[in-house]
Amino acid sequence: MKLDSKIPKGELAEKWTKYRGTMNLVAPNNKRRIEIIVVGTGLAGASAAATLGELGYKVKAFTFHDSPRRAHSIAAQGGINAAKNYQNDGDSVYRLFYDTVKGGDYRSREANVHRLAEVSRNIIDQCVAQAVPFAREYGGLLANRSFGGVQVSRTFYARGQTGQQLLLGAYQALSRQISRGSVTMYNRHEMLDLVKIDGKARGIIARNLLTGEIEKHAAHCVVLATGGYGNVFYLSTNAMGSNVTAAWRAVSKGALMANPCYTQIHPTCIPVSGEYQSKLTLMSESLRNDGRVWVPKKKEDVMAIREGRKNGNDIAEDDRDYYLERRYPAFGNLVPRDVASRAAKTACDEGHGVNSTGLAVFLDFASAIERYGKSEAHSQGIENASSAKIKELGEAVVEAKYGNLFEMYEKITGENPYKMPMKIYPAVHYTMGGLWVDYNLETNVPGLFALGECNFSDHGANRLGASALMQGLADGYFVIPYTIGQFLSKEIRTPQIDHNDPAFNHAAKETEARIDKLLGVKGNQSVESFHRRLGKIMWEYCGMARNKEGLEKGRKMIQDLRKEFWGDVFVPGTSKEFNPELEKALRVADFLEMGELMIVDAHDRNESCGGHFRTEYRSAEGEAERNDEDYKYVAAWAWINDGDPVLHKEELEFNNIELKTRSYK
Amino acid sequence: MKLKLKVWRQKNAKDKGQFELFDIEASEHMSFLEMMDVLNEQLIEKKKEPVAFEHDCREGICGACSMVINGQPHGPQQGTTTCQLHMRHFKDGDTIAVEPWRAKAFPIIKDLVVDRSAFDHIIQAGGFVSVNTGQAQDGNAIPIEKTQASKAFDAAACIGCGACVAACPNASAMLFTAAKIAHLGLMPQGKIEENQRVLSMVKKMDDEGFGKCSNTGACEVECPKEISIANIARMNRKYMAATLASDKK
Repeated sequence: MKLDSKIPKGELAEKWTKYRGTMNLVAPNNKRRIEIIVVGTGLAGASAAATLGELGYKVKAFTFHDSPRRAHSIAAQGGINAAKNYQNDGDSVYRLFYDTVKGGDYRSREANVHRLAEVSRNIIDQCVAQAVPFAREYGGLLANRSFGGVQVSRTFYARGQTGQQLLLGAYQALSRQISRGSVTMYNRHEMLDLVKIDGKARGIIARNLLTGEIEKHAAHCVVLATGGYGNVFYLSTNAMGSNVTAAWRAVSKGALMANPCYTQIHPTCIPVSGEYQSKLTLMSESLRNDGRVWVPKKKEDVMAIREGRKNGNDIAEDDRDYYLERRYPAFGNLVPRDVASRAAKTACDEGHGVNSTGLAVFLDFASAIERYGKSEAHSQGIENASSAKIKELGEAVVEAKYGNLFEMYEKITGENPYKMPMKIYPAVHYTMGGLWVDYNLETNVPGLFALGECNFSDHGANRLGASALMQGLADGYFVIPYTIGQFLSKEIRTPQIDHNDPAFNHAAKETEARIDKLLGVKGNQSVESFHRRLGKIMWEYCGMARNKEGLEKGRKMIQDLRKEFWGDVFVPGTSKEFNPELEKALRVADFLEMGELMIVDAHDRNESCGGHFRTEYRSAEGEAERNDEDYKYVAAWAWINDGDPVLHKEELEFNNIELKTRSYK
Repeated sequence: MKLKLKVWRQKNAKDKGQFELFDIEASEHMSFLEMMDVLNEQLIEKKKEPVAFEHDCREGICGACSMVINGQPHGPQQGTTTCQLHMRHFKDGDTIAVEPWRAKAFPIIKDLVVDRSAFDHIIQAGGFVSVNTGQAQDGNAIPIEKTQASKAFDAAACIGCGACVAACPNASAMLFTAAKIAHLGLMPQGKIEENQRVLSMVKKMDDEGFGKCSNTGACEVECPKEISIANIARMNRKYMAATLASDKK
């Protein structure tokens, strides 16, 4: 299969503007009768459904949640990037583009990323117009902060709840369209299959989660905005319900899954505390603006801390290894996520981990508290302030900046991070891989589009902080409303799609059979236990560091686990009722296939890049070694009928950025 | 720690429902929902039906979790959702009662799961700024006073969980509705439509079957995001002003 990225010709900076200006349009009278299905109503899906509704299309939006406001976009903490250059610190569209491509370790598409950087500015304007309460300076203008991997301050934020406020903005825009009747909302509906007619995506099969009814929904095209697949690892910062099912069902109908091995392990999460643990909690990257990451140099100190005889504060300054500052002086604690995570793993692998499991490092705010305290004492005119006073003043400043995060940390761990350094460890957070899409965000299945984390296109092998919100909203508000016209302008003569077409009946029967099969196993092990075991395999063999041998072992283990699942899983209840266990079982069944594909991709990519770190390919200093000669491509995989995955390559071209070894030293 | 759980079980909206007793062993480091996970694993092991409850992000922001624990929505810890509540706040030997939100406007779906679509309907009645994508001016064109933006944020922090309704003896949705009206009305972008917004959202709230406010203040006490009851006072003022200003006969 030849993968055509459909990147418009012309100068990079003019591609999008020219393309948009010459694109095929759908006239208002036709829009009124064209139907679009949008699956998923997080940032990307809600913004897309709202905007398409505003344009006059007939939109049907689906979410498995009870309300679009619950989508996991809501949990994003830190912020959203935009090349506004409000800080006058040298930011520009080109710099955001450059930082994103470099941060992604040169594995993303130049044209897509440039478009993202261009529309980033419109996103902020749009959200402000929706009354999103962004942080502001005393003069009333928008405030910014810094994030990892960049040297400008371009992140807009709303305390530690930026995702919540942006999602509520999109949710409210969507609610407005629902009230006008241009969007029909299907809450508590989960997509379980894609329906194709004559090769084009024409609808979905969805399960009404309240009644268990299998429903057929038809439209002229289908837009997926169903998020990432990080929960394949069982423990991740994703919400419990986040899943790959909609995307994976599309793959089973011929869509290609691109770069599945690119997963982002976020460096600052609360460490695992026990077997019962259900999820991991992120501590925003913004904390690395002020927190210093370190481990004790001496093993005896490490042991003393693990056994509770000492705590972080007892370790003398000279006995601490601030390893990020030591290894990466130029970026220090603000290196990109993949680099920071690997460095934490290295420190722990070398035996310096600071909790009982040996898998934690310190994130310490003592220096920041002291620095802010002194500055505050100075501005309040307090001379010779005591160290207690300085601490008190400094803690107040830190509380104003990160109060809600510190509170969350204390709730979960029972430790006070103002007094003791936080303990953190990397955790799965985001998946850069996703459905393969062209410049129009259309997959290789005509009429099937993918937005947000669900697609693969903008972050390469590693996503920079505060860029997920940017991409989700860029795709939904400012890209798909235009590019969908390229497909739909050819569909104006297509009558309403009939949901009683044989293709729908066939897909509905297949879905029912799949559900019956799952319920019919009547085995002895819970869905949860299989998911947990899958997660362990993925983390062990396809996590922060991977190698050929381990990946081969992991693949075999997943294949065995999948067999065991279909032979011994126990799903209580029936199909025709509200049955959360059945929902989970269907999702885990798909994760058991997706996990294998991730391993296959990781095995195939004989290089280290971004979040994909193969231990065989690293420099003498332990840094990732990319292989541009052989692997400068997007790996797009076909997976049909449990067979051997087939690889299709899209070569990446870099005409505007010179390929370099990524260095943050 | 060894605990006794008294959990509300109800097959569906029509079923009468009753408490069921369980013994459970928990660790103090678990979150409340992880303890419920352990219970469900035990039930599944015995081929019994697990307890249905809503949950998703488990970091206190999505608003899905919704349990009345020992009579308090989201349990005993101030400013904390059920998912962020940890077992270290309970003692060995405790008996813990777990119930769903109870309100006419939130019919029970199963066990601890209720239908909160009424909240969506209130937002759809006017909880937005009428601006289409692409119409916006530059983000810095309208400066907004820092404290004003901060006040708007405090109201906007609502997670739509419905604890305010569950806490209220009248099952009123005043705090939820008022918080949205305050968030939007305190920002210049949302100010323009405020009269219409307050009238239609309040009307929708009444139509959905929520009760009236009698100023008990329980909503504010139980709100996991500690949203101030002052928002309700503000809404009442705006409602009165909007009614007087209305052209409608």
